[in-house]
Amino acid sequence: MRRKLTALVASLLLAAPLLTSGSAALAQNGPLRIEITDGVIEPLPYAVPDFLAETPAAADLANQITRVIAADLNGTGLFREVPATAHISTVSDFNAPVKFADWKAVNAQALITGAVSVNGKQLTVRFRGYDVFADKELGAGLQFSGTTDGWRRMAHKVADAIYSRITGESGYFDSRVVFVSETGPKNDRRKRLAIMDYDGAEVQYLTNSAALVLAPRFSPTGDRVLYTSYESGFPQIHVLDVGKVQRRVLSADNGIMSFAPRFAPDGKMVVYSQAEGGNTDLYTMDIATGSRTRLTNAPSIETAPSYSPDGSQIVFESDRSGSPQLYVMAASGGEARRISFGKGRYGTPVWSPRGDLIAFTKQNKGRFHIGVMRVDGSEERLLTASFLDEGPTWSPNGRVIMFTRETQGANGRALLYSVDILGRNLKPVRTPDGASDPAWSPLQQ
Amino acid sequence: MSGFKKAFVLVAALGLAACSNTSWNDAGAGGAGGSGTAGSNLDPASPAYFQETIGDRVLFLIDQSTLNPEAEAILQGQARWLTSNSDYVVTIQGHADEQGTREYNLALGARRANSAREYLISQGVAGSRIQVVSYGKERPLEICSAESCYAKNRRAVTVLAGGLTG
Repeated sequence: MRRKLTALVASLLLAAPLLTSGSAALAQNGPLRIEITDGVIEPLPYAVPDFLAETPAAADLANQITRVIAADLNGTGLFREVPATAHISTVSDFNAPVKFADWKAVNAQALITGAVSVNGKQLTVRFRGYDVFADKELGAGLQFSGTTDGWRRMAHKVADAIYSRITGESGYFDSRVVFVSETGPKNDRRKRLAIMDYDGAEVQYLTNSAALVLAPRFSPTGDRVLYTSYESGFPQIHVLDVGKVQRRVLSADNGIMSFAPRFAPDGKMVVYSQAEGGNTDLYTMDIATGSRTRLTNAPSIETAPSYSPDGSQIVFESDRSGSPQLYVMAASGGEARRISFGKGRYGTPVWSPRGDLIAFTKQNKGRFHIGVMRVDGSEERLLTASFLDEGPTWSPNGRVIMFTRETQGANGRALLYSVDILGRNLKPVRTPDGASDPAWSPLQQ
Repeated sequence: MSGFKKAFVLVAALGLAACSNTSWNDAGAGGAGGSGTAGSNLDPASPAYFQETIGDRVLFLIDQSTLNPEAEAILQGQARWLTSNSDYVVTIQGHADEQGTREYNLALGARRANSAREYLISQGVAGSRIQVVSYGKERPLEICSAESCYAKNRRAVTVLAGGLTG
């Protein structure tokens, strides 16, 4: 069960950009700005002195919240923290004027200050951002209130707000990842569904490992997860209510294999693969009624479908040309146009939440890559290369991709990695055991 | 007994094929054609005979789901056994090696399992007795990341269920 968090936003002006994506209005915010689309980025130096504890009970949390904010920002590769040991000023009063000269002296271009108070189970976090070299505040101060067990989410929300103010884009820190947790040797692997914060904290298991489970996918609001389970002996699609951890089978035809499900943006329809007579085609299903529509009817393999964010199109993988390639067709089916034309085999295409790019898995000359291309197939860019990289998933703001990397050999192991869409900042995502098939949630409300 | 002779020929043929692989010592896993010997004293109506002497699995080339002559010979043996042991139903499990994405391999495993199913049907086994399931790359038998292992993982395995002696 997810703890409740109520966000009380002091500034209405800033409340909207915090929860929606890509605000153009913020682009005119001021001189302090990271343009993520630029080529090489020098990380922006910033300082975040420990948030002030305004009540005795807040002492530990104030420090922990500050460290989570810093970890979020540092983890983007876009920000570089000026360590506390270099600070000249200390912040002892949240409302006192900032000594900009002291922060300029340590070359902190941005400064984040905050205050934390705890009353019983009630936690309040206030923060301010400053553009140090412009001698002014970076937007208005914000306040988040909730319960103490939601402290991590509040830290992520502060970091999202800072990220948003400086990049002009929505953040991705207050989000979760559902994935397959893996234990055991390669020839006896046990898999179960797990969910965690995007940074690997707060892991919870959603199924046991009695039945093989694969490829969970979030609903557009993050309240449900689709996945493939072998509970019946055949791969079938299940839907799980994340809050209640209740699940039910969606496709229950005896002996028919269905897999690779993904929600439509309306959260009501599911597109998936069904294999009958050895032939795999694409179908949609209305979750409420169970009524099905066949989208493709070809002797080739059609699988790994993913909707465009507006729900009008589907990108998928097919070997109709002789090898697996990417195709786009209308969400209602019909003729598809091939979009991948590079060397090698393409699979698992995923439409970005911004609608501008398609992430994919590519296999060429014995190596696997995660890549992105425009939706017409142009400007292909490979972001990674390894023995086995597959299954990309997008951060809610379309800036970062998480995927599975499996090492080779008898002791091969799967772990989650993330990389930004310019191919920078490749790094492992911390998980307790082996992990595969990540799916990133939308930003939480 | 002709069944024995057939099995012997089969094992010999696969033994030859295996010479190109350096690690053909797959007794535990059965392997294509099984690890049983022509001199086996297993009860010909037993599942063990089916698995070890006739051979419970057929192998495929990379990305392929077509049956080669060796695979067809094994399936002919399976079909004869299933015809004379009509209490059994089977599930054919299709598998892929680890090269390829999870989704594509699930679909490929389904193709392979279905190839074996269609062949058994062509040999007179009732389709109602044969279910198929694909595990894609989820259940490798061999765990090295080399063709010697991949070749054994690209398989369709006929698993018996039911039966009076099963």
